Amino acid sequence: MYRAFWRILPGPVAVRVAILAVLLAAVLVALDLWVFPWMAATFVNDQATVGDAP
Amino acid sequence: MSSGGKATRPGWVKALGILGELLITGAAIIGLFVLWYAFFNPWVVGLQQAQVAAEQSRQLTKELQSQKPTTAPLTQAPASPSQPSGAASEPAASQPAAPAASKAPANVPVMAEPAHVADTIGVIYVPRLGSDWRRILRESVDTDRVLNSVTAGVGHYTGTAMPGGQGNFAIAAHDIGYGNSFLNLSKLRLGDRIYVQTSLGWYTYAFRNFQFVQPDAVNVLDAVPTVSRTAGADRFITLTTCYPAVFPPLERVAAYGTFVGFDTAPPAELAPLLAKDG
Repeated sequence: MYRAFWRILPGPVAVRVAILAVLLAAVLVALDLWVFPWMAATFVNDQATVGDAP
Repeated sequence: MSSGGKATRPGWVKALGILGELLITGAAIIGLFVLWYAFFNPWVVGLQQAQVAAEQSRQLTKELQSQKPTTAPLTQAPASPSQPSGAASEPAASQPAAPAASKAPANVPVMAEPAHVADTIGVIYVPRLGSDWRRILRESVDTDRVLNSVTAGVGHYTGTAMPGGQGNFAIAAHDIGYGNSFLNLSKLRLGDRIYVQTSLGWYTYAFRNFQFVQPDAVNVLDAVPTVSRTAGADRFITLTTCYPAVFPPLERVAAYGTFVGFDTAPPAELAPLLAKDG
């Protein structure tokens, strides 16, 4: 999968690495802004209160 | 290694390879999520919460200073018990002659409970949680609008006493996650001060003890914690958070404290931090 992706990327190695770095940064930002908050709200039981309060 | 060998791989081997890479990717995302939840996000959110709390505190101080002429009789009242020089200036007929009055002045101004979820009550300071630790205290323990909010962090259990009020002033915050507000709650020691600043002034509580309870133990919020729902002359504070910090938090910890006093001037212990605010 990743090998095929590497082959699809254009240009010499330096350009490919640069593209990869930009894509990786975009993925991390997306994880931080949307994916991780969703995971926290969905999977984490972080109740700090007593009683029925959420 | 060689590209020649790859072409001869059967389809199911390629599929297994892709599956393996997907699994590794998923594991990496979960690992990143744990780091994000326990370290990165609390750090980012905690900085924001402390920042807005500093601004709120400054604003409350300004409000208090501008109100001072009009509330002069009110601010004199709590000072009278500390001056045991015979005749009290205030008529004490309406006060119950509680023996606890010597340690907890009866004439403490208490603000009314805000009507709406996430209304601001004040700013809470607990030096033991960090020399620069402070959070905005908001009405209700609503997860999204108070406990997880970058502009709050600590919530007031609706219906419990307000700061300085008779009964139990009960609040909650996260242990791990969303600012790590009460991460160090278990480091509290006997007598540690808990300060609450409202538009009326500064309320001081002293930490007394912990109790580890089940999540449904709402009696820790009682007016006299776990003893009575009817408020007497005593004024308590209860801070709750989850326990243990490792997930899932199957229990809760309640930290109890008692009221020490009220003052319109900021406590001396906070002077260095407040001086930094300018």
